[in-house]
Amino acid sequence: MGTTVEKRSELYGIIGDFDSPEQLLDAIRTARSRGYTKMDALTPFPIHGIDEALGEKRSPLGYIVLCAALLGATTALLLQWWTGAVDYPLVIAGKPLFAFEFSIPVTFELTVLFSAFATVLGMFHLNRIPTFYHPTFKYSRFRGATDDRFLLVIEKSDPMFDVATAAEMLRECGSRHTEVVEA
Amino acid sequence: MADVAIEPQHDPVNPPLVLGNPTYGDVTNTVSDIVERKTPKKWFIAFGISASLTLLLGAMLGYLVLNGIGVWGNNSPVGWAWDITNFVFWIGIGHAGTLISAILFLFRQKWRTSINRAAEAMTLFAVACAGIFPLFHVGRPWRAYWLFPVPNPELSMWQNFRSPLLWDVFAVSTYATVSALFWYVGLVPDLATIRDRAAARGDKIRKYVFGVLSLGWRGSAKHWKHYEMAYLILAGLSTPLVLSVHTIVSFDFAVSIIPGWHTTIFPPYFVAGAIFSGFAMVMTLMIIARWALNLEHLVTMKHLENMNKVMLATGLIVGYAYATEMFIAWYGGNPYERFAFANRALGPYAWAYWTMVSCNVLVPQLFWFKKLRTNIPVMFVCSLLINVGMWFERFVIIVTSLHRDFLPSSWGYFRPTIVDILTFVGSFGLFLTLFLLFVRFLPMIAISEVKGVMATSKGSAAAH
Repeated sequence: MGTTVEKRSELYGIIGDFDSPEQLLDAIRTARSRGYTKMDALTPFPIHGIDEALGEKRSPLGYIVLCAALLGATTALLLQWWTGAVDYPLVIAGKPLFAFEFSIPVTFELTVLFSAFATVLGMFHLNRIPTFYHPTFKYSRFRGATDDRFLLVIEKSDPMFDVATAAEMLRECGSRHTEVVEA
Repeated sequence: MADVAIEPQHDPVNPPLVLGNPTYGDVTNTVSDIVERKTPKKWFIAFGISASLTLLLGAMLGYLVLNGIGVWGNNSPVGWAWDITNFVFWIGIGHAGTLISAILFLFRQKWRTSINRAAEAMTLFAVACAGIFPLFHVGRPWRAYWLFPVPNPELSMWQNFRSPLLWDVFAVSTYATVSALFWYVGLVPDLATIRDRAAARGDKIRKYVFGVLSLGWRGSAKHWKHYEMAYLILAGLSTPLVLSVHTIVSFDFAVSIIPGWHTTIFPPYFVAGAIFSGFAMVMTLMIIARWALNLEHLVTMKHLENMNKVMLATGLIVGYAYATEMFIAWYGGNPYERFAFANRALGPYAWAYWTMVSCNVLVPQLFWFKKLRTNIPVMFVCSLLINVGMWFERFVIIVTSLHRDFLPSSWGYFRPTIVDILTFVGSFGLFLTLFLLFVRFLPMIAISEVKGVMATSKGSAAAH
């Protein structure tokens, strides 16, 4: 925190503003062909093919959810077995104290419940939300990203990064407003 | 799959899902404007009426808590009556919302995008209304936590996991929770849209409230990647969940040995009926909403027609189930079962049975005709009649089976009290109040999803 002054002047990257998903994808492909690797796109809706263009890997969320599902099923089975057959055995209508048949509904429901929470919280974690700040919020035309504009960010962390050449390339690809954003 | 040549406007089989060829910005403006414009007078009028009915519900429940459930008409032999009828009715209404948001999503039915947000909201509010009835039927609602397996010194024992009633507690509470999560996740990008518009317009309150609710969403490609995966998984979870919920609701009856309840057809029959009634309710609400908010170009005739087709299909399944029940009662040869079904159709509640058959089996047959299923007054009246019919279906199943069981000496006839009636009317007040608040304060059409559909239907090279 002692280096606030220094940090303030640090760059996050450069952002270009495009008219359509097609233009954005073209810009991403151009940037990739020129060797840029640290990029991000801000769009009002998910764009098919953008992950391939950016070289993004498949989301690992499914694995998180699978673990939660197994945990939910185990919890439900242990809960029903321990409460019914161990801690307080009570014969009701001659039914067994524990059986897989009658434990299916509750096991299923808890599996779904745990998985749903894991899906949402896992997605939050992978996306690092909730957050109240992100450098891209400082882009003067940021509101277009949740309306009808398609933004491309070339991040400063990219080894190729150079403000002048990156800005030139974004303009070449049809960016309507190219702006440097601080971290 | 690049460069799809078909101009969507001229495709007779698949008419466009969004009319008038608006831009992305137009969609943002149309939907956000409903939230941002000055509250119209007719909203206040509608809200005043529904809020009054909600107060009525509160009064009736308060009266019940003070006096005990004897203020309702159910008593031996009809121990479950309007309360459980209303519970199953409201839960069923909710199921169409999940069907539209999850099952149609998995089947890639793109027409769902204009109606899924409102339908999901309807699910939540319907489940809230449903929950009230069993909660107050237990008599001491402040002890509702006894239903959950938490250490409980007053009870000193555990819940009975062998009982379908406990399964139902888990099913309905899971359903309510997962539906809320699904709905909220779907809302996040649109909340960010409202946030950014509020910031641009200098609307401070909305900027902060939506800023918190939208969690710092920025529509990054990385965000969307995880988001789309989360949405897919939630849809995949909700699909079996919605089927399980009404299956388990039907177990409340089917697992018992009461003639008329003890049938294996109940789970699929209840699920089909739930979707049938839920679509009717979505139809009623969407017809009013698109008219009141001028959304005819987003909720098009194609959407309405598709919903009518779903109602026709599920109505046929329900009609088939009625016939199967009758046939099995006769063919099974059990005298109690035979009596229960003869009594249903010809006994003292025959009026209810035939109301149910007319509304649920005859009315949807009108939708075989394209002229009728694309006619708004016709479909509006039909959707109301189907809702009436589906309420009667639950009433018939519950009350006719209970009022005359094995021993003629313990037969009876159920009549609702005024408290029964006003509580049910009040639950509509709660439902409409919540729905009106939703329409007023949150984007009622999924903005980002509609834009996604527009992008694909424009046949852009980026589509695949």
